[in-house]
Amino acid sequence: MTRPRLATVWLGGCSGCHMSLLDTDEWLFELAAAADLVYSPIVDVKEFPHDVDVCLVEGAVANEDNLEFARLVRERSAIVVSFGDCAVSGNVTAMRNPLGDPEGILRRVYVDAPDRDAQVPHAPGIVPLLLAQVRPLHQVIDVDAFVPGCPAPAGRIREAIEALLAGRRPPTTGESIRFG
Amino acid sequence: MAERVPTVPITIDGVEMEATAGETVLQCARRHGVDIPSLCFLEGLSPVGGCRLCVVEVAEDLRLRPACATTVTSDMEVTTQSSRLRSYRRSILELLFAEGNHVCAVCVSNGACELQDVAVRCGMDHVRYELQAPRRRVDASHPRYVFDPNRCILCTRCVRVCDEIEGAHVWDVAHRGHGAELVTDLHRPWGESTSCTWCGKCVASCPTGALSHQGSSVGEMRHTPDMIAWLVAARRREWTEREARR
Repeated sequence: MTRPRLATVWLGGCSGCHMSLLDTDEWLFELAAAADLVYSPIVDVKEFPHDVDVCLVEGAVANEDNLEFARLVRERSAIVVSFGDCAVSGNVTAMRNPLGDPEGILRRVYVDAPDRDAQVPHAPGIVPLLLAQVRPLHQVIDVDAFVPGCPAPAGRIREAIEALLAGRRPPTTGESIRFG
Repeated sequence: MAERVPTVPITIDGVEMEATAGETVLQCARRHGVDIPSLCFLEGLSPVGGCRLCVVEVAEDLRLRPACATTVTSDMEVTTQSSRLRSYRRSILELLFAEGNHVCAVCVSNGACELQDVAVRCGMDHVRYELQAPRRRVDASHPRYVFDPNRCILCTRCVRVCDEIEGAHVWDVAHRGHGAELVTDLHRPWGESTSCTWCGKCVASCPTGALSHQGSSVGEMRHTPDMIAWLVAARRREWTEREARR
């Protein structure tokens, strides 16, 4: 039997859910024994590979890079999981949405607020443009399962990955789906 | 001696039970340990049947009834759990989450919120609807309390408790439909209200983080909605008269 190919991705989020994944502590040894982590912020692989079995996606879709990457992840993964509140609901990343136009927000942050070097970052091809509205992952690609939480607690992540590697869905009821 | 309260037989989820004449389906169910989810209902206040979470099926009637605003009748057959009810309740919750800006992670009520709890109970693992992201201003002008309309679900508990129990009627709902919002006095900042008595019953009653104490940070707010029922019982002298009868 071939080993399952697991990936984790970090879009518009704070990486707290990945920190929480690391909080599974010694279980990571079991995970390493059971699956290949083929792509992740904690793995030195530059390109998202083909034929991924399960991909956990942290973060909301906030900019053009996020959007393009989310589509690539969907194309190359059998199961895509919204990992944490930002991916599931937009959460803190989406708190800019009620303020409307991202240009106004960029000006407030990079021009009005700083004491010096006030300028809106502009580097086409390097700094991705913000989308007009931050979107939860399932509103831009099909998502197969949801693991909420800010961050998703370590035990909940372990429970979800164990289920997915065993060919089951993570729990859709009870405390495992609590937001916040 | 206390008067004998007349009862009527009813069936809830296939279990026969005695309802007290005049009580609602929700009250009867809860008295018998059948927990129907609800949000706008608060014991001690008049029911409005607004949130529709407590809808139940009654015998062959196709129309769903809000359990909080439906009085028991003899031989009524009530179903509180079915795939149709579960699907409606989940949709209602998703609409509530999509309508406001409920960012649980940074809410004063995170971990002690009726909306968050009921979402867990009703299996809401994500929201299928487009998030509306409305722009709503927080009113922190009151010296003691804060109103954050981003987290308001318009259950009107605050409106009712202020009107029915405190008698001040500071709160009301302005506008209609999508534009409906809570206002204090005649849409003046809460801190400038001349009718508010600072009693805090609105804050105690709030099921979400919409009303909180000044200075509360993330996850620090604890509401005390049960105190409204105690207050109502005390005003009716239920405790003192029961004591006197002994």
